[in-house]
Amino acid sequence: MSTITRAVLATLLFATSAALAAERATFGFGTTPTETELGAFVSPLPDGRGMPQGSGSVLEGKSVYQQQCASCHGEKLQGGIGDRLIGGRGTLVNDDPRKAPIKTVESYWPYATTLFDYVKRAMPLTAPGSLTDDQVYALTAYILSEANIVPDDVIMNAETLPQVVMPNRDGFMPDHRPEHFAPVAKTPHQSLAIVPAK
Amino acid sequence: MAGSTRKRRREFLLRSAAALGAGALAHDAIADAPLGAAAHDVPADPTKTPGYPLAEESYGARSQFETEVRRRFKTSTPLSSWTLTPLAQGMGIVTPSGLHFERSHAGTAVIDPDKHRLYVHGMVERPRKYTMRDLRRFPSISRLMFLECSGNGLTEWSKPTMPTVQFTHGLTSTSEWTGVPLATILNEAGVRAGAKWLLAEGGDAAVMTRSIPLEKAMKDCLLAYGQNGEAIRPEQGYPLRLLVPGCEGNINIKWLRRIEVSDAPFMTREETSKYTDLFPDGKAVQFSLVMEAKSVITDPSGTMTLDGPGFHEIAGLAWSGRGAIRRVDVSVDGGRTWRAARLQAPILPICHTRFRFPWTWDGREAILQSRCVDETGYVQPTIGQLVAVRGLNGPIGSVYHLNGIQSWHVATDGKVTNVHHY
Repeated sequence: MSTITRAVLATLLFATSAALAAERATFGFGTTPTETELGAFVSPLPDGRGMPQGSGSVLEGKSVYQQQCASCHGEKLQGGIGDRLIGGRGTLVNDDPRKAPIKTVESYWPYATTLFDYVKRAMPLTAPGSLTDDQVYALTAYILSEANIVPDDVIMNAETLPQVVMPNRDGFMPDHRPEHFAPVAKTPHQSLAIVPAK
Repeated sequence: MAGSTRKRRREFLLRSAAALGAGALAHDAIADAPLGAAAHDVPADPTKTPGYPLAEESYGARSQFETEVRRRFKTSTPLSSWTLTPLAQGMGIVTPSGLHFERSHAGTAVIDPDKHRLYVHGMVERPRKYTMRDLRRFPSISRLMFLECSGNGLTEWSKPTMPTVQFTHGLTSTSEWTGVPLATILNEAGVRAGAKWLLAEGGDAAVMTRSIPLEKAMKDCLLAYGQNGEAIRPEQGYPLRLLVPGCEGNINIKWLRRIEVSDAPFMTREETSKYTDLFPDGKAVQFSLVMEAKSVITDPSGTMTLDGPGFHEIAGLAWSGRGAIRRVDVSVDGGRTWRAARLQAPILPICHTRFRFPWTWDGREAILQSRCVDETGYVQPTIGQLVAVRGLNGPIGSVYHLNGIQSWHVATDGKVTNVHHY
């Protein structure tokens, strides 16, 4: 077989398999969802893409909070059955095993858009998805204001919320693992006390 | 075998026998049927009377003499909570579906599969909507795989806290999962250039969401509708669960209803404020997804009592999110000397692997440990080594991803307890 014939055959073979692959590329199952169906989902990105229309003030948020949130998260956002929401700045640096860092929206959450997203989807616990976009914007305004992150005359909406710079915005780093551990000594220190479980 | 389990069984049998003696025909036994079992009369000699007849239709139950159950960790609400697998009594590598650990953030969703839809949209050429029937038409695969909650062992960082292996290690389970490769579905929709992440969203009351790197999604993720030969269990995400092999449990989104392709992570609540690892310097590791190699001796383990000196088979499980287990060593002297355990085939990547080690106990105090090595060469560290890297920053600091070596203390009376020894 000449080189040219081989090349032609190879090209033909390649073309055939490519055509087969293209044919198999999609099975075509399922249907195309409508814009209305997809529009019902909420999943904003930190830069604000995907934030819905609407707005809310701190005062409106306070009212919604007292009716919908305070029973679990506390009158003063101090926590209860639900997480504590404010305070805790400065407690994240902590090398004391007996003392807990206080992780709240104020001290720990890196993005304000996450607050809207989570409350909209999953809160209140026993009636998730029941709050309007305006109510959720108002709640974000109230919580962030109580956390002294935004002024109390702020109006939260799709433009203002993503601009909020959270105190712990730069508090995160990518996964560094697998970790590299110091080699284990052949004979571990045997004088370590054995601590029995409770 | 756990002495305590044997004792419970004896008590159960005694009660049954007493009831029979009183002519009550094992009434107590019927009242006492353990979860997942159906109670039947217990004849004194089963060779002298026929057993119960075969039903025309049935869904089998376990023996009424078996009592192992999942147990819930006492969180403040049973809606956001977890239950743990009874590893001590486990055999082989597969976890019975009814004992697979649970972690749910707003209860167990009840979903009619005929009404369930999966949406695929965002940075794709062809947004799609699938019924469960549609999804079942695609070419499918099955694989045995472990799932482990990243919070497995979170009580054990600074001191031994929980008494049993169920509560120290029971947030890991293995099932055979069946479904469609996520790559098939993404190719179907046509991922656009520039896409790097996707959001997976659950259809439960938490509308649980996590961002997943597109590279991982295309590599080996699975849209699972089957578990251990039948439809996936409700508490595992019926009718559809995303499986992200080797990665922390919560990213394996249950009750999956939506996938949105994007160029950036969505920074959801779970991947910012919750499943992140805060270090003593105040910085937190994010997207620590892989479950590193880990092993534990399940038998004997905490609260068991050895039946005297002599031969005991030490048995346990090893697993790694990065691949297959290559080796497990066992120490009976608190880590001074180590000897290789036997690994039971099949030894599968990202799957529980059973190890066994013959031990003749001389009746003296002993500390039992296991240490595994995975196919990447990663060696399971001691808890001390982990703490040296991550620090101990309090009860809610760096609680996730504890994969240190577990120590069980055997006292001269045979009692086994959870200890720290490194």
